[in-house]
Amino acid sequence: MVDTLFSALSALMTFQHLLYMLIGVSVGLVIGVIPGLGGIAGLSLLMPFLYGMDEVTALAMLIGLVAVIPTSDTFSSVLMGIPGSSASQATVLDGFPLARQGQAARALSAAFISSMFGGIFGAIILTGFVVIARPLILSFGSAELFMLALFGLSMVAVLAGRSLAKGLAACCLGLIIGSMGGAPATGEFRLIFGMDYLYDGIPLVVVGLGLFAIPEIADLLRKNSAIAQSNALGSGWFQGFRDWWTNIWLSVRCAGIGCIIGAIPGLGGSVVDWIAYGHAVQTVKTDPQFGKGDIRGVIAPESANNAMQGGALLPTMLFGIPGSGAMAVFLGGMVLLGIEPGPSMVGADLDVTYSVIWSLALANVMGAGICLLLAIPISRLTQIPFQRLAPFMITLICFAAFQATRSLADLVAMIGLGVLGVLLKRFGWPRPALLIGYVLAPQAETYFYQALQFYDWGFVTRPGVIIIGIMTLASVYFGLRNRVDETGNVVIAADDAPDAANPKLRQPQVLFALLVAALLAVALVDSLKHSFLGQIFPLSVSIIGLAMCLVLTPQLWRGATGHHAHYDGELTGEHVGQAGIGTLWGGLAWIGGLVAGTAGFGFYAAMLVFFPLFLQVRAKAGWLATLIMTTSAAFFIAVLAWALSLNFPAGYLQDYVDLPWPFR
Amino acid sequence: MSDMLNVTRRKAMGLALGAAAAFGLAGPAAAETNFAGKTIEWIIPFSAGGGSDTWARFNAPLLQKYLPGNPVVVVVNEPGGGSTKGTNLFAARAKPDGLTILGTSGSTQFPYLLGDPRVRYEYKDWKIAMAAPTGGVVYTSPSLGLKSPEDIGMLVGKDLVYASQGATSLDLVPLLGFKDMGFKVQHVFGFKGRGDGRLAFERGETNIDYQTSSAYLKNVQPMVDAGTAVPLFSWGVLDEAGNIVRDPTFPNLPSYVEAYQTLTGKAPSGPSFDAYVAFFTAGFPAQKMVFLPKDTPDDIVATYQAAFEAMKSDPNYEKDAASVLGTYPQVTGKLAQALFEKGTTIAPELRSQVAGMLAADYGVKLGE
Repeated sequence: MVDTLFSALSALMTFQHLLYMLIGVSVGLVIGVIPGLGGIAGLSLLMPFLYGMDEVTALAMLIGLVAVIPTSDTFSSVLMGIPGSSASQATVLDGFPLARQGQAARALSAAFISSMFGGIFGAIILTGFVVIARPLILSFGSAELFMLALFGLSMVAVLAGRSLAKGLAACCLGLIIGSMGGAPATGEFRLIFGMDYLYDGIPLVVVGLGLFAIPEIADLLRKNSAIAQSNALGSGWFQGFRDWWTNIWLSVRCAGIGCIIGAIPGLGGSVVDWIAYGHAVQTVKTDPQFGKGDIRGVIAPESANNAMQGGALLPTMLFGIPGSGAMAVFLGGMVLLGIEPGPSMVGADLDVTYSVIWSLALANVMGAGICLLLAIPISRLTQIPFQRLAPFMITLICFAAFQATRSLADLVAMIGLGVLGVLLKRFGWPRPALLIGYVLAPQAETYFYQALQFYDWGFVTRPGVIIIGIMTLASVYFGLRNRVDETGNVVIAADDAPDAANPKLRQPQVLFALLVAALLAVALVDSLKHSFLGQIFPLSVSIIGLAMCLVLTPQLWRGATGHHAHYDGELTGEHVGQAGIGTLWGGLAWIGGLVAGTAGFGFYAAMLVFFPLFLQVRAKAGWLATLIMTTSAAFFIAVLAWALSLNFPAGYLQDYVDLPWPFR
Repeated sequence: MSDMLNVTRRKAMGLALGAAAAFGLAGPAAAETNFAGKTIEWIIPFSAGGGSDTWARFNAPLLQKYLPGNPVVVVVNEPGGGSTKGTNLFAARAKPDGLTILGTSGSTQFPYLLGDPRVRYEYKDWKIAMAAPTGGVVYTSPSLGLKSPEDIGMLVGKDLVYASQGATSLDLVPLLGFKDMGFKVQHVFGFKGRGDGRLAFERGETNIDYQTSSAYLKNVQPMVDAGTAVPLFSWGVLDEAGNIVRDPTFPNLPSYVEAYQTLTGKAPSGPSFDAYVAFFTAGFPAQKMVFLPKDTPDDIVATYQAAFEAMKSDPNYEKDAASVLGTYPQVTGKLAQALFEKGTTIAPELRSQVAGMLAADYGVKLGE
């Protein structure tokens, strides 16, 4: 085994292998930087080149790509508050406030060091565990997987914010959105309103961008200023490294969490950053500043998301079961190379396994190194007035959104969720709680049903179930004591919320709570149409959600000034009273315009109109700058789409006229 | 390097034309079709990384090499709606110029056969270029007392549990097959793929399962050798007369039909068996097919068939075919046509019988 380990390393250490790994790493870094694009897009980009490559080279390239996406996706999470991929949504919570305080360099360097550490940690765990992992993975049956989904949901306790009722109602709304489409037990289609698009449910990337990217863009666009509020890039580099070193044990714990979550097939990697973040909030004792720019809120998710990739390779290689979308594409790549996953990966093909592990470790070092070098130049983006960056960001998130199913409906769904996201942000409803509900809804429902089928109610007495159950209860207990929201740590049930004295001004909050209740009521009515197995999950969730709204609405309506449930960013946000603040909906209207143009003339043509229009009208850019920026954006998007062999969403025009690519 | 490339390309062209002539598929017309400088879009109505995507990406470079003029062949993923979205798009938009082709899977055939309201495509419009059959093996747990395939009778009356991807997924074939054999099977739905199902079997949550051939050889054979799984039968393959016969990959295992005879003492027949055969054909022998759009001229179809035929002797095809295709050669010509017709046709009364059974036993509502 040790022999194989080192012969795999020496086989990897040739110029050709390292060169291809560097290509993989470079593509991965670029893909990671672009918000919304993740491993699936990156791997699809490289797949056509696999043909005819030797195994070690091809695997080095693929792993190089997968390994570094959670490293470079930190850029947009920290610098713009827009998650670079689903793996670093939690990084936004503290990373972005740090960037706004002018500490972008510190946050980024801490993030990259943590990422590198997490990645190497994952590779080491993989080395030791790959040989004995089979029984471990097999010990997680459907009952244990259900409990793990509950454990993931327990993070809602930490992220619920000041008002638990609000947090739980948001989580229920997320669970409902996650249960749209085919019911796992019966295949009945829920909440589809006769639209083909909704049969599969709304894709994760669309939900993530709608809830997190759009409200941030809308917010930044209102202020017409650069992201960083101070000019310095901050106390810098070594500070970040020292931060990580001071919190090394947090980093180790989170990397461990990441590895385990990744290795257990079925939970999916999209909650790992939230679980790590929640863990940090629950365990950090000294001077917590979470939500306002605590460096530990960056270190935790970044250590976990890179380690997760190492863990996720275990089920992929040992059982042929991909833990995530990116792993599914990686699996396809392995099959194309003639490598069939299975028990032989720790037998006859152990050398292949070890070359994957070494590649993982090396790629993490490469990726973090390159990111550290690029961090200073890229951080300068935060000093550019945001309205100059906005058209790029808007185009990119639209581009990323329609990667999901490559249809206009992706964009429409993103706008719809964007409106919801803007309102959730304004009224202080915790979007992370909604997202966790959304991500875990299918798991919770499917595994609960399967566990009942396999074990009946006896499943609750299985030792694994009891252990995870105790962990979940502990997590809820510590979570409720250490809650955070966007204004930082909250004191439980203290009625010191920022508020306006005049109760009439709280009407919008009340209306929004009623809107959420109405959405839940729609889900309730829809669920009544289905059979028992198809309705029980959405029915129970919507009843709980409605109950929360029932608690919340009177608090909003009649609660005393400063009641912990009260919040309206338009009354008490930091921008209130400042000069030159635009409307809340300005940014969303521009994005809506681009989507409407797409419906009319197709995405590419719409983008060519949107770009100069935005730069001229909104950003007041000069003609030359407009020309240069439009051309480079058009070129970049066309190259990316060509490389992904992608047709842009078509509009009405394309129904009648046959146009050449990319206008087709 | 470029010299080498040219030589192989020229050689390849020669091979392609030679093969076309040898198989008598193309005739002289094929030589006139030339895709030089063109880009061919191969629509795959599934997301990247799945079985159909891998299959297309395996074939695309070979197709590029063996089509006259060496056009660029790109795989375009159009996922959504359980593969109905991309297929609808192909049906509505593709022009009969040979520059857009479609790869379908059993998951595309099943909604069509079941009358899913999302289906807005008609298989009978299209022309088949190639079919890629597949097969699989059903196995069970030794805890039920079996030692070998002959003991299949011991399963009667036992409580069997099967991990299913859904009643209207490809797992409809085992559902119908087990039902016809008279087994008492609890189908637990919601599994993400056969690999996921195998994991449930290994965990002891289920006691009957099937895997496609390559996954069986790689992952289940070691369990059989270790005595933790007992093979029952292979689904079998179709011979040219349309009969289900033993799978040549598993010459020592009975086919479904043989196992049925061992179990019941008589050959399977009747409407429920006919329904099984219709879905079996769409799910296994005709699982993956490549189509050209409505009204495509015959010479273009012949050119494609010749290219798919010629690529089989390519060293790259031979190298990776086993892991991608699982020991079943891709077929063209008459056999492909026969599989196509059999795998996309179901008598209306059989359809309503299956739909009625799914509604009554599993609460599945079709045709909403």
